[in-house]
This record gives sequence, C-alpha cells and structure tokens, in this order.
Amino acid sequence: MTVTADRVLPAGPATAARHPLFIATGVVVAAGTMLMFGMLAVWFKFRDASPLRVGRNNKMIHDWLPADLKIPEVATNTLAITMVIAAIMGQWAVYSAARKDAQHTTLALFITGVIGVAAVNAQVAIYKQMGAVLADGAYQTMFYAITGTMLVLICTGIAFSLVAAFRVLGGRVTDRAVVTAHAMYWYFLSTAFIALWFVVYVQK
Amino acid sequence: MTTVNLPSTLGAEATANSGFLGSVAAWLTTTDHKRIGRLFIGTSALWLVAVVGVASLLGFERVDSKSLTLNEGMMTQLFAASKTLASFGVMVPLMLGLSLALAPTQVGSRSVMFARNAMLGFYLWAIGGAVVAASLIGNGGPGGGNAQMVDLYLLGLAMVMLGLLAAAVSVVATVLSARTAGTDLADVSSFAWSSMIGSTSLVLTLPVALGTLIYVAVDHHYTRVAFEANMGIMKWLGWSMSQPQTFLYVIPAIGILAELAPAVARRTQPLRGGVFIGVGLISVALLGSVTQTVHGLAWTGTLIDKAKSFVPYALFNLLPILGVVVVLALALFALKSDSIKMIAPFIPAFLGGGMILTAMLGNALQLISSANLSGTVFEEGVLVYISYGTVLVAWSAIAFWGPTLWGRMLPAKAVAGIGALGFVATVLAALPMYIAGFADQQADSVTDFEYSGPASLWNAVSTAGHALFAVCVVAAIATAVKSFATGDRVAGNPWIDGGAQ
Repeated sequence: MTVTADRVLPAGPATAARHPLFIATGVVVAAGTMLMFGMLAVWFKFRDASPLRVGRNNKMIHDWLPADLKIPEVATNTLAITMVIAAIMGQWAVYSAARKDAQHTTLALFITGVIGVAAVNAQVAIYKQMGAVLADGAYQTMFYAITGTMLVLICTGIAFSLVAAFRVLGGRVTDRAVVTAHAMYWYFLSTAFIALWFVVYVQK
Repeated sequence: MTTVNLPSTLGAEATANSGFLGSVAAWLTTTDHKRIGRLFIGTSALWLVAVVGVASLLGFERVDSKSLTLNEGMMTQLFAASKTLASFGVMVPLMLGLSLALAPTQVGSRSVMFARNAMLGFYLWAIGGAVVAASLIGNGGPGGGNAQMVDLYLLGLAMVMLGLLAAAVSVVATVLSARTAGTDLADVSSFAWSSMIGSTSLVLTLPVALGTLIYVAVDHHYTRVAFEANMGIMKWLGWSMSQPQTFLYVIPAIGILAELAPAVARRTQPLRGGVFIGVGLISVALLGSVTQTVHGLAWTGTLIDKAKSFVPYALFNLLPILGVVVVLALALFALKSDSIKMIAPFIPAFLGGGMILTAMLGNALQLISSANLSGTVFEEGVLVYISYGTVLVAWSAIAFWGPTLWGRMLPAKAVAGIGALGFVATVLAALPMYIAGFADQQADSVTDFEYSGPASLWNAVSTAGHALFAVCVVAAIATAVKSFATGDRVAGNPWIDGGAQ
C-alpha cells in the first residue's frame, strides 16, 4: 500500500513459511497449558486454605470437597483413559498420513473426534452422578469453572479433528501439517486433563 | 535485515475504487497485516484519549481532598477504567499493532501468519473494549454496584484478553516461521525480536489471568462467596494491570528504541546479541506475574529470611531493569559514532525509554517494605510513567515507520515537539505522585487524605501533567491524521535515507 512499491524492484518469490500451523498450534498449546495450570494453581490455593477436619482412617484432611459430594471414580478414571486413547488416535493419524494412507488417516481422525465426544459425554455423566449444584459453595463453583473450561478445550479439539478429517477426505493427504498439529493439540488435551483428573478427582 | 515493502494483494484491497462503502468494507475484512496493525493502533489511540481524560478528571478531584465535583459513586469506576484501559486499551494493543504492522515486513514476509486470526483478535479486542467501557459507565467493573454490569465487565475483559492472545499468536508464528529463507532468528531486527518476546510473554501470562477471570466470573454470577464478588475483582485480576506484568506489555517499546539507535548512528548495532539478551531479560518478569503474588523485599529476620525475600524480589523486579539498562547502554554505545545524524523520531523514543526505566526503578523501590509505599499513589505514578512512556515510544515508531506504513511522513518538528512536550507532561503527571506517595497519600482515593506538605500542589501539578499529556495526544492524533491523509508522498524511508532529520 505504500508509494515505494512502484519505485522499487519487485520482491522475490513469496516466502515459504516453515511449519506455521505446527508452530502456531504449539503457541496455542502453551497458552492452553498456562490456562489450565493457572486454574489448577488457584484450585490448590483454595484447597490449602480450607480448614482441616478428621477424615476416614482418622487422618487430618482439608475440608475442601463437601462431605455430601462423592466423586464417581469409575467414570472419572474411564474419562482419563479415554483422553489418553484420543491422543494415541491422533498419533495414529500422523503415522498414517506419513504413509499417505488416506483411509487410515481419515479413520483415525474421526475416531479421535468421536472419542472427544465420548469425553464430553463422560464429563456430563460425572456432573449428573455428582449432583453438585453450582451455586452451593466455593468448591462447586470452582469445580464447574475448571471442568467447564476443560470441556470447552475438548470441544475445540473435536472441531479440530473434524476439520482435519474433512481436509484429508477432500484429498489433501500429503498435507501433514494439519494432522501433526492436530496430534499435538490432543497430546496437550490429554496431558491437561490428566493433571486436572489427578488434582480434582484423585487428590480431591 | 530483509524488508519486503509491497502493496498487499491480500484481502479486499481490490475494492479501493468502489467508493466509500467499498473502502470501509475493505478495511473491515482486510487480511493485510499493515491494515490490521493500523486498526489496532488507531483504536488504541481513541482509548488513550479516554485514559488521559479519566486521569485528568481523577487528578482534578484530588486537588481539593475535602470536596467532590463528580458523583462519589463514579470514583471506583473511574479508577478501574484508568487501570483497565491503560493496560488493555493502550499499552498492549499499541505494541501489538506495531508488531503486526512491522514485524512481518522486517522478517521478509509478505503477510502475517494467520491474518484472519489476527483480524478476529482485533474484533474481539475492540468489541470487548466497548463492552468493558459500557459496563463501567453502567456502574459495573471492580466494586461496581450493578451486578449485571459487573458480569458484563468480566465478559468484556475476557473478550479483550482472547483478542489480544489471538493477535499475539499470529505475531509469534510470523517471526518464528515466516522469515526469509536462510535468516536465523538471531538475524532478525531488534524490533521483530522484541515483538516475538513480548507476544510470547502475553501468550504465557494472559491465559493465567483468563483462568482466574473465569473463576471470578462464575463465582460472581452464581454464588459470590469464594472470590469476594465485585470487591475481589482487582484483588484477583489486578496483577494483570500492574507491575511487573506491565513490563511485559512494553517489551516491544524497548525493541523500538534498540532499533532506532543504530538508525540514528548510521551503523550496525554493536553487540547485537547483547540487545537480544537484554530484551529477553525483561521477559523474566513473567515468572513473577504468573505467581499472581507481589514479591516485595522485607529486609528483616535471619539471613535465610532475607535471602528468601530477596531472591524472588530480585529475580522478578530487578532482572527486568537490568534488561532495559543493557538495551539502553548498548543503544548509547551505538550512538558513539562519527556518522551520527539525529532524527526527530529518536527523541520521543529515547525519552519514553527513560520513562519506562523510571517506572521500573520506582516499582523496585515501592516493593521494599521499609519504604512503606505500597498502597500509596506511588503505585499510580509507576503506572503513569510506564504507560505514558510507552505512548511516547509508540509515537516515535509511528513517525519513524510512517513512510513505510502510510507512504507519507510526519513533519519532523511536530514529532520532536510533541515528543518533548509529552515527556514534560509525563514527568509532571507522575513525579508528584512519587512524592505524594512518600507522604502516604493513599491510592484509589480522591478524598480524605491529609498529610503534612503541599498536598494540593502535588495533585494540581499532576493534574496539569495529565491535561498537558491529553493535549499532546490530541495534537499527535491530529498531526498524524492530517499528515498521513494529505501529506506529500515519499519514497522509501526518508528518516533512514537521509531525506529528513
């Protein structure tokens, strides 16, 4: 847009960006990591500030998780395993794309997306089983805030899977950048969820 | 340094001849990085007018601590507006706008990576900023009396943060992935480097603020028990609008100074690696920010107690100062040249850089517990120094790269004059706050402070400084609009090529 344009030599060929999507996804993953771990840090702060009470086995525990709330451990553990499997499926897509195997790449991407939907379903099931009411107290508020944020991140992962799958279906089999970035994002999702699972559901 | 300076063929620029509506549409749907950057710069200039206006009003109210001209209920909103807009309305978007406009060309790329993402960032930021302003006007924001407006403030702030994050991701991706073939990261310009470091710092810290904001928003909307409702907003999120977080917002400003010094000296920057290290050192502040805790210095107790207090204090507050000092020292070293030829844009850059350093030194002093400056207007003085200093540096950047961005240049006398006047205004606005801070004038209050000393004088001088800065801002905007719209067209960059001084 500058006047200099018609007075200077024409530029050379357009710069071929080196892995922009992979790098941008890496930056987004860094941001997401800071988001989730920042939220976990605040969670720790509140849990540590909660008063102590005598728990089962006569051990002193923080009175953070309300006594009337029970964590559904089967559902939460299944969800954690599900997230790990989603990351493995994402890596399968990379493996298949490297071999220009469009069928397996598409299949892997769709399975990743479906597993993401299953994760959302499992989280909703956890909400229903726990029966925690959001407005009941600090724990419930923070529980829904942090798990809700994780749900939003998982939903973006599902959208990413669908976009990547349709690109491969559309014939862009050799375009591995999207599939690789997609796998990295699901690695992040599974890592972030494992951290959340350990702090919120295991340590309580 | 490779610079690509071609008209963009991206986006809707082809509609330039389709009349006013076509031109507006071209701007609103653009994917040209220069236009996106200019949208950020132009909009943040409007917020800047609001910031200096609010600061002038608050200063005016402080002149007489016994009476109020404005409604007392407005004060909380005005203080919240000054802090929120200074950081998220001015400093961050101004620097990001310059980064978006300039960094791609400096690394040899024709466009910014993920230009639509950057444009989405602009929309989120602009709309979010309007929502924040509307909520503050409607008695929302920190300490606001209208619960729905407080919710709206938090929503707007989240949109602002998401928008800035989106733009920052594009800047980082551009510098990391779109450099000219064969160009290492160490070969990029000082400004491109500082843009990358500054944007990376945003990417690593704003999500932490966003996470806390989600907690605060959910709590405020449903229960108001855990995060102290409207009164807890600044307690939990204030760090994102305070020091040392603001040091991260102004990293590109230090890069601008580092870029202009060798341009003035007509030589390559000696010890370029040192400049890069200096810029990197400033980003150490992010480690302190993300802890969301003030790391003060309490020189009491045993030696171990002192060490426990000193190490984080020095790491998060003194190391960034060292970074700025290194860059300034190397800039002065570059100026030690026989071929030096002073250009007008360097004046506000140098003076603004000095203001930023003054803010950092003030912050380090304020955090020493025995100085008893915490909670006083000294803190506000630090924010004024750093935000107005950043504006001065941005003014120099707009002047220096104006020919590249607009094809026209600003008059040298106006650039230097407004820069010098802005420097005087900054000192007048902030220095009395430093002094009044030592007299224990409390922050975030316009009434009921009393101390031995000329309280009215300090506050009157500070108000005059804000008002003078407001005049400078209006003059700068008027000069820029006139010169960039109707000024003579220039070829190349006369500041560098020798056509201007």
